[in-house]
Amino acid sequence: MLEGEDRARFEAIVLPHLDAAYNLARWLLRNRTDAEDVAQDAVVRAFRAFGAYRSGNARAWLLQIVRNTCFTWLRQNRMAAEFIEFDETTMPQESKNPETLALAGSDREQLTRALELLPESFREILVLRELEGCSYKEIAEITSRPIGTVMSALARARAQLRNSLSQPAPKEARRAV
Amino acid sequence: MPCEQTQDQLHGYLDGELDPISAANFEKHLDTCPDCKQTLAAEQALHQSIQKANLYERAPESLRKKLLGEPQRQSAAVRSFPAPRVFGWKWLAAAAALLLAVVVSWQQLQKLRGISESQLIAASLVDAHLRSLQPGHLTDVESTDQHTVKPWFDGRIDFAPPVRDFASDGFPLVGGRLDAAGGKTVAALVYARRKHIINVFVEKASENYWNGTGESQGYHWLAWQQNGFSFCAVSDVAPADLEQLRKLISEN
Repeated sequence: MLEGEDRARFEAIVLPHLDAAYNLARWLLRNRTDAEDVAQDAVVRAFRAFGAYRSGNARAWLLQIVRNTCFTWLRQNRMAAEFIEFDETTMPQESKNPETLALAGSDREQLTRALELLPESFREILVLRELEGCSYKEIAEITSRPIGTVMSALARARAQLRNSLSQPAPKEARRAV
Repeated sequence: MPCEQTQDQLHGYLDGELDPISAANFEKHLDTCPDCKQTLAAEQALHQSIQKANLYERAPESLRKKLLGEPQRQSAAVRSFPAPRVFGWKWLAAAAALLLAVVVSWQQLQKLRGISESQLIAASLVDAHLRSLQPGHLTDVESTDQHTVKPWFDGRIDFAPPVRDFASDGFPLVGGRLDAAGGKTVAALVYARRKHIINVFVEKASENYWNGTGESQGYHWLAWQQNGFSFCAVSDVAPADLEQLRKLISEN
């Protein structure tokens, strides 16, 4: 529970973005129970840091804390075997085959699986853009990357998502929750 | 223009993030490049299937309760919207007094700083948008039927705001309400965009009209004039979505 005199201001400015915080955590952690814990942790951290928040984009400010909390959590909790840093240079090239380009029939489950199979940096940028509707400027702020690199990162992330969608479902896909 | 250079631009174009000159150049390029045209169509299809799949997941009530400390009453109509804690009246009175003091001094300060009136109006509309997200505040008349929402305004305000449902374009009408901004009563039309809410504030266009786009507290606004009305759309969706809604309203 949050306490203190700043609480009313915090509730008015930051807490309207709680859904955004949870949604980002849910996709980064691929698990709803963990997402709830980590989102709660991130909001408490945000509240503690609220004295330093002056003005500006409250959603981007909160989401930056959420993603940092998520990455810390992942580093601490993930089994070593699962920890594979993604090397963008080895990424498969996007297929120009029209059949793999046409994805209109993709359903929710397929997309969820494909998204969860993506490396975190790609998953993060797609969730921020496609689900959260963030502008490039906000994405740059949240992910602490130069704004000039957001567009090309999105291009690579989308290519990788398409690639992941065109692959057959594994027999035992890792499912969230 | 070689395609390698335009591949990234294609995404900026898709996301409505290119400046007008780059966008025009890219459109020119599209006319001559079937490859890019095909890729753009595929990217649009991917974008649409992601939107249709409804992957956004809202914070569970249990998380909200943990952070807000106490259970809250919610009407069925607003269950799907963020519901910050309802304060006791003492808190409300104190907060209102503080808010008034802050608003007055802030407005004085902004005037001294030479911040334009349009930005002040936009800020007050962003505040109105935030208020509307409180439980039970979103709509006075809740209906997806434009023929229900439009007549509701009759007699409540001295103009008839244009009301249309754009569900088939991904902007379903949620309802309408009266709101106050800049000391005036305005009509607020509520649209949904995916899981987000867009308020379109409508008033009679006045002489000191304003338009433009901007951002305040993480919310985007887009203002324009048309047919004797001033419109201002406010939401946490991307500016490109607001622009799309503006086009829909303008063309109908």
